[in-house]
Amino acid sequence: MSELTGLTLKAALDGLADKSFSSEEITKAHLAAIERSRPLNAFVVETPHKALEMAKASDARRAKGEAGPLEGAPLGIKDLFCTEGVQSTAGSMILRGFKPTYESTVTSQLWRDGAVMLGKLNMDEFAMGSSNETSAWGPVVNPWRQQGRNADLTPGGSSGGSAAAVAADLCLGATATDTGGSIRQPAAFTGTVGVKPTYGRCSRWGIVAFASSLDQAGPMARSVEDTAILLRSMAGHDPKDSTSIDAEVPDFASFCGKSVKGLRIGIPKEYRVDGMPPEIDALWEQGIAWLKEAGCEIVDVSLPHTKYALPAYYIVAPAEASSNLARYDGMRYGLRVDGQNLIDTYEKTRAEGFGAEVKRRILIGTYVLSAGYYDAYYVKALKVRRRIADDFDQAWQTCDALLTPTAPSAAFALGDKADDPVAMYLNDIFTVTVNLAGLPGMSVPAGLDAQGLPLGLQLIGRNLDEGTLFSLGSALEKAADFRAKPAKWW
Amino acid sequence: MAIDAATVRKVARLARIAEPEDKLEPLARELSGIMSWIEQLNEVDTDGVEPMTTSVAMTLPMRDDVVTDGGDPARVLGNAPKSEKGFFVVPKVVE
Repeated sequence: MSELTGLTLKAALDGLADKSFSSEEITKAHLAAIERSRPLNAFVVETPHKALEMAKASDARRAKGEAGPLEGAPLGIKDLFCTEGVQSTAGSMILRGFKPTYESTVTSQLWRDGAVMLGKLNMDEFAMGSSNETSAWGPVVNPWRQQGRNADLTPGGSSGGSAAAVAADLCLGATATDTGGSIRQPAAFTGTVGVKPTYGRCSRWGIVAFASSLDQAGPMARSVEDTAILLRSMAGHDPKDSTSIDAEVPDFASFCGKSVKGLRIGIPKEYRVDGMPPEIDALWEQGIAWLKEAGCEIVDVSLPHTKYALPAYYIVAPAEASSNLARYDGMRYGLRVDGQNLIDTYEKTRAEGFGAEVKRRILIGTYVLSAGYYDAYYVKALKVRRRIADDFDQAWQTCDALLTPTAPSAAFALGDKADDPVAMYLNDIFTVTVNLAGLPGMSVPAGLDAQGLPLGLQLIGRNLDEGTLFSLGSALEKAADFRAKPAKWW
Repeated sequence: MAIDAATVRKVARLARIAEPEDKLEPLARELSGIMSWIEQLNEVDTDGVEPMTTSVAMTLPMRDDVVTDGGDPARVLGNAPKSEKGFFVVPKVVE
């Protein structure tokens, strides 16, 4: 029943609604696909029994006429989300065997709306990475390969498992999170759609914290409309997260296909960076032309502090991470490595439990927050963050949304940048500004490079204006008519 | 600013991460590389700029100071590396 695994979420929901197939059937088809896909390493935990139980319960609800908006749809869940009774490790050895006794708000809302969980998706450790290579469980392999080549490519990160699973038709959609680009960059690398909503749109409760002022959950799927459907279920005010926004959650899907005539699209000149492949520049020009044809007005804008976003991020995010990750002390949950005394136990536990990149960021964070450096680094970065947010406010005077490339390259080979932290960080050059400012962003697959790898375009919107992004995203999707799929080698 | 091995040792201690002596030098080089890239922030004029700690312009919500959860020690201790009689068991804290 492989045809059941290639459907869009929307088509699957329609098929379930008119009883062309049951949730049990479509869930089984996905479980079989997951079983055959192990070379991709996309799933760290498969939950076939739970999936079938949930699917049967879903079919029973539908039979009683109680179908929810995601009724019967099998989804993958990034391992950063706590799922009750199912191992949740955030890609880290320090959480091996950790089975939360509670469910994250976002996932509980998916189950409330009828979705089925297929398993937990691999990711960079604590979401710190852009290639999935920092996962304690080994990197995810991108289903896409360069034409005529067998080299394993990165699916991007940190939501690499989510991206690969969606691209390889292992689930109808997936949850993901984005702190500096972790939804949008993997979406671009895998030819999928990824949405990072406005900060505060989705509750962070029950999501393992990385950098709390930047972390935001969002959906990944194979169409813009599918991400809109998923986001409606994921979003909403939650009193358990004090930064959760108490705003109405619109029917995001109703914005898809809406006319974008008259919308002003800003093109930030600072996003034309040195060394960017000409194909990405050409795709950007193509995107501009598509939106113009759809009736948008194109305006040049300037975001002068763009180049400072990544260095500011690499102070703010590690500072928050060093504080958030202090909880992994081996006392209440997770790994404990016994030492000679309490401090020795802490130090050994954390040395053994954390991987190299996580340690690096904890050390940087601890350093920039330590006495004597706090003002010079941390406060300075927060001031630069304000400048970056002000740049966007300025841009909104003359435009309604921005169009940029999502990432400065197509997917690269696993191992290519593993030895150079700064080169790896530069992957997020176009995505990180959005996190610092708290804005919504979306990556839409727009074309293939000369090697046959997918490339994405990014749309950035005003606070809480995801609706406009869904309209523009579906306009781009329609114009690009991106139908390419990775050739199945796994 | 360059970070030396002694600084790495001190910061690792603060962060409660055991780093073996022979890792301090390579780590110092790596962290110095990252920090020197970060130094470009000094080019930005931030005089009179208010530090931005959050992107959500709202006051912290308050709720009544009442018990809303709890009374379930089995769930609290469910993932404890060591527990006994409803308590976490930890290494001796006071000598």
